Amino acid sequence: MAELEAVIGLEVHAQLLTRSKMFCGCRAEYLGLPPNSNTCPTCLGLPGALPVINRRAVEMTIRTALALGCRIPEFSKFDRKNYFYPDLPKGYQISQYDLPLSLGGHLEFEVGGERRSCGVTRVHLEEDAGTLHHAGEIHTAKFSLVDLNRAGVPLMEIVGEPDLRSPREAPHYLRALRQLLLHLGVNDGNMEQGSLRCDANISLRPRGQREFGVKVEVKNMNSFRSLQAALEFEFRRQTAVIESGDRVHQETRGWSEAEQGTFSQRSKEEAQDYRYFPEPDLPPLRVSRELVEELRAGLPEPPLRLKDRLRDQHGLSEEQAALLTERLQDAEYFQAMVASGAPPRAAANWQIGPLQALCKESALAIEHSPVPAAELAALVRMVEAGEVSGTSGREVLAEAFALGRSPVELIRERGLIQVSDAEQMEAWVELAIQQLPKAASDFQSGNDRALGPLVGAVRKASGGVANPDLASRLLRERLGRGGE
Amino acid sequence: MSLLNLSVSELGRGLRAREFSSVELAEEALERVDSLDGKLGAFLRTTPELALEQARAADRRLAAEADPPALCGIPIGHKDVLCTKGVETTSGSRILEGFRPPYDATVVARLAQDGAVVVGKMNCDEFAMGSSNENSAFQPTVNPWDAERVPGGSSGGSAAAVAARLAVATLGTDTGGSVRLPASFCGVVGVKPSYGRVSRYGVIAFASSLDQVGPLAKTVEDAQLVLSSIAGPDRRDSTTSAAPVGDLARALQEGVRGLRLGIPREYLAAGLEDGVRGVFESACRWLEAEGAELVEVSLPSTQYALAAYYVIAPAEVSSNLARMDGIRFGPGEPQAPSLLEAYELARNRGFGPEVRRRVALGTFVLSSGYYDAYYLRAQKVRTLVAQDFSRVFEKVDALISPTAPTPAFRLGERTQDPLAMYATDALTLPANLAGISGLSVPAGFTSGLPVGVQVLGPYLGEAMCLRVGAAVERAADVWRQVPAGFDG
Repeated sequence: MAELEAVIGLEVHAQLLTRSKMFCGCRAEYLGLPPNSNTCPTCLGLPGALPVINRRAVEMTIRTALALGCRIPEFSKFDRKNYFYPDLPKGYQISQYDLPLSLGGHLEFEVGGERRSCGVTRVHLEEDAGTLHHAGEIHTAKFSLVDLNRAGVPLMEIVGEPDLRSPREAPHYLRALRQLLLHLGVNDGNMEQGSLRCDANISLRPRGQREFGVKVEVKNMNSFRSLQAALEFEFRRQTAVIESGDRVHQETRGWSEAEQGTFSQRSKEEAQDYRYFPEPDLPPLRVSRELVEELRAGLPEPPLRLKDRLRDQHGLSEEQAALLTERLQDAEYFQAMVASGAPPRAAANWQIGPLQALCKESALAIEHSPVPAAELAALVRMVEAGEVSGTSGREVLAEAFALGRSPVELIRERGLIQVSDAEQMEAWVELAIQQLPKAASDFQSGNDRALGPLVGAVRKASGGVANPDLASRLLRERLGRGGE
Repeated sequence: MSLLNLSVSELGRGLRAREFSSVELAEEALERVDSLDGKLGAFLRTTPELALEQARAADRRLAAEADPPALCGIPIGHKDVLCTKGVETTSGSRILEGFRPPYDATVVARLAQDGAVVVGKMNCDEFAMGSSNENSAFQPTVNPWDAERVPGGSSGGSAAAVAARLAVATLGTDTGGSVRLPASFCGVVGVKPSYGRVSRYGVIAFASSLDQVGPLAKTVEDAQLVLSSIAGPDRRDSTTSAAPVGDLARALQEGVRGLRLGIPREYLAAGLEDGVRGVFESACRWLEAEGAELVEVSLPSTQYALAAYYVIAPAEVSSNLARMDGIRFGPGEPQAPSLLEAYELARNRGFGPEVRRRVALGTFVLSSGYYDAYYLRAQKVRTLVAQDFSRVFEKVDALISPTAPTPAFRLGERTQDPLAMYATDALTLPANLAGISGLSVPAGFTSGLPVGVQVLGPYLGEAMCLRVGAAVERAADVWRQVPAGFDG
C-alpha cells in the first residue's frame, strides 16, 4: 500500500480585544468577575432584547482578513446558528454563514526555516457562549452552573484551507497566525485561558491521490504541543484503521491531555442541523471601500517580512530576528534602540538577554519596561565603547529597572565609568596580588582558574570601576604569562 | 358618562383645566376594569400601584409645565408581549409565568416619558400567535360587542379594552394583522407602522422581520398621538429607520381631495361577506365625495402571500422561542433524567398547541434539505409581494380595502381549523411582508358588529394612512358608539 499522507486544516477562534461585547455594552473582559455579573438583557438573551453590532469588532476582523490577504465583500450579514445548550442563552449563536466579512486569503509560515503557505478560506465574526461549571464530572454531575459573563464576547473565526500535510506543520501555522494576531493587536494569544482556540480537521490519503479521505474533527487542544500531539495520535490511529482494512468514520473527537489520546464525541449521524438563517434583528452589513482602504493603510508590516528585514538590515542572526519579532512591540523596542544609536547586534543581545529576563521576572510586557529603549540604548553604547563593563552594565540595568531610573544617570552617580588608566590599574593589580598570594602563585604555575579571583580582587580594590579585560591582561603580564 | 369615553385631546383639556385629575382618571379606569373586565377578559393584570404613582407624577407635571405632552396623565395599557420593568410579562404563555423583566421596552419607556399612565397588561394570543385571542394560555378575551364572538387577535385584549372604555389607548403588536384585525373586530382604530418605524427593543419577538408595535385607540387622532410618542430611531434596535418621524398631526386635517386611492382587486375576491362589502362600499363613496379619486389596482402576488408568511413567520418563531428552554424561564424540569428531556418536558408543558405547531413548522422549513424549497422560496415571494406594492404606490397615494373578509366570528368557530384561522389575516399580512404602513379605522356595522376599513400606505407613509383614515372616520362618525354593557 502507498504511503499515507495527512491532510489537515485548522479552524481557529480568537477572542477580540474590544472593550465591549459583540452585541451589547458589557465588558469584553470577563475573567475573574463574580458569576453572571458582566451581563445585560442582550447577552443574557432575555426576551425582547436585541443585538447591536460592535463596530470595533468588525474593524478588527477586517484588519485581520486584510493582513491575511482576504477579499472584503461589500455586503456581509449575520446569521443565526440554532442549537440548544445551557451555555447558549438565546438558543442560537449569532454567526456568519454564507456572506462572511472576508473570503480567500493565505498565511505564510515557516517550518524549520522553510517557507510555507496555507490558504485561508474565510475570516468571520461571531459571539462566544457562556461557560458551564459542572458539580463534578460532566456526565455524573448532580447539577451544572451557568455563567454568562463570557456570553457575547466577540469571537473571530479563521478557517484554514486543508493545505497542511503533516501534524508537525500544524503548530507552526498556528504560531504564525498567533503572531499575526498579536502584531495586529486584536487578540492576546492566550491558548491556556482559551482566548485563542484551535480545532483541527484531519484526513488521510495515499500519497499522490487527489481526493480527500474521510475527515475527523479534533477539538480541545489548548497548546501548540497538544495540537501536534493530537494530530500525531490521529495520524497513527487512522493509519491503523486503514491498514486493517477498515474505513475511517466521519466524526468529532476530543483530545484528552490526561490520556494523550482522542475520543469519539459525536458521529456524523449525530451531527446537529444548525438551521442557519439570516439574523432578522440585524440589517445586512455594508462595508464601504473607504473603510477597507483606511484599515489597509493602517496595517503593520507582515511579521515574516519584518523578521527578514531586521535580520538583513542589522546583521542579526535568524534566531535573534525571530525572537525580536514575536510581538510587534518587541520589534518596535529594538528599532527604537537602534534609532537611538545602539549598535544593532549588541542592542539585540541586551534586549533578548537581560531586559527580557527582567521583564519576565516582573511580568511586564516590554513596552511597559521602566527603562525605555532610548535609555537602554545609551547604556549599550557605553558598554560597547568600553566606558562601562558589561557586568556593571547588567547590574545597573537591573537597578534602573527596579527603581524606574535612567541607567546612565545611575552610572554617573555611582562613578562607575570604567577606569583604564594604566598607572592606576597597575596599583590595583599589585594590591590584588598582595591580597591573594596563593592565587597568584597558582596562576604562575599554570592554574588558569586562579585568574578569576585575582581579577575580582582588582575590581574590588577599584570599587568596581576597573576595566576587567585590562585587569586580566595586566595580571598575566605581571605574573609572567603575558605571552600566552 | 365615563371619562374614558373622551378622546385624548378632550381628556387633555379637562386635565389642564383641573376639571379632573390624572389620579381620578386612573382610578376610574381601574374601577371600570375591576367591575367590567370579568366579562371581557382583556386584562391579564392591572398595575394599580404603578398607575397611581405615574398619575400623581402626571398631575404634578400638568400643574408645573406650560405645555405638557398630549399623553400626560392618560391611562393606557400594554400588550403583554411588551417588557415592563418589574411587572410580570408573560406574552400570554405559561412558559413565561413569573417573568419580571429588569427593563422597559423602548415604547414603554417613551410613553412613560410622555407622562402616560399604565393601568395594566393586556391579554393576547400566546406569543402573539393567533387571530382570535383564543390562544392565550390564561383566558380568552371576548368581543365587547358580542360576548359570544372573538375580539380578533393577537392584540385582542388591547382592542377590546379600548372598545369597552377600560383604557383610553393601548399598544399592540402587528406581525400579520394583529393590531388591525382586532381593531376592525372591536370597532377601534389600529395602526401598523412601517417596519422599522417603531423600536422593537423589549418586544418579546414573534417574527422579528415582521413585528411592529402599534397603537389601538378610539380615534385616528388618539392613535396618532401615541404613534408620535413611540415612533422614531432607537440605537438599541438596529432595524429602526433613521428617517425623522415628522409632524404626523398635520396629516389629520389635510383631507383626501386630490388623492388617488387604489382598491386592490385581489382583496375584494371571494370570501368577502356582503355586510363587510357594503360598509366598504359606503366608505368608498364617502372618500369620492370628499374629492379622492378611486382606482382599481392589482397586487398579483397576493395569492402567494399567506403561504409565504406561514413559512417565514414560523421559521423565525422556531429560533426566537429557543430561549424559552425551561432553564431560566418557566417552571423548569429539574427532575428530568437528561438535558434533552428537560428541554422537551419544559417546552411541551410550557407552550400551547398553536405555538408548538409553529415551532415544529418553522424547525422543519429551516432544516437542511428543505431550506431552499421553503424558506428561500418564501423569501422570494416576499420580495415579489413588496414589489407589487412599490409598483402600485407609483400610481396611487394609498390603498383601501376591508381589514378582514368578515366581522368578528364566533368563539370556537375556527379553533379546530388552523387554515381557516390563518386565512383571517389574508388582507393584512401582505403589508407585514412588504414592511409598509397601514391602519384599520371603524367605518360602520353589519348585524351589530363593527367593520373596519384598512388603509395601506407606502414605506414610512404613516402620515398618508392617518390622512385617509381620518377622512373615513369623519364620514363614518361612529367612534362615540359604545358597546352595550360598557356605556355606563
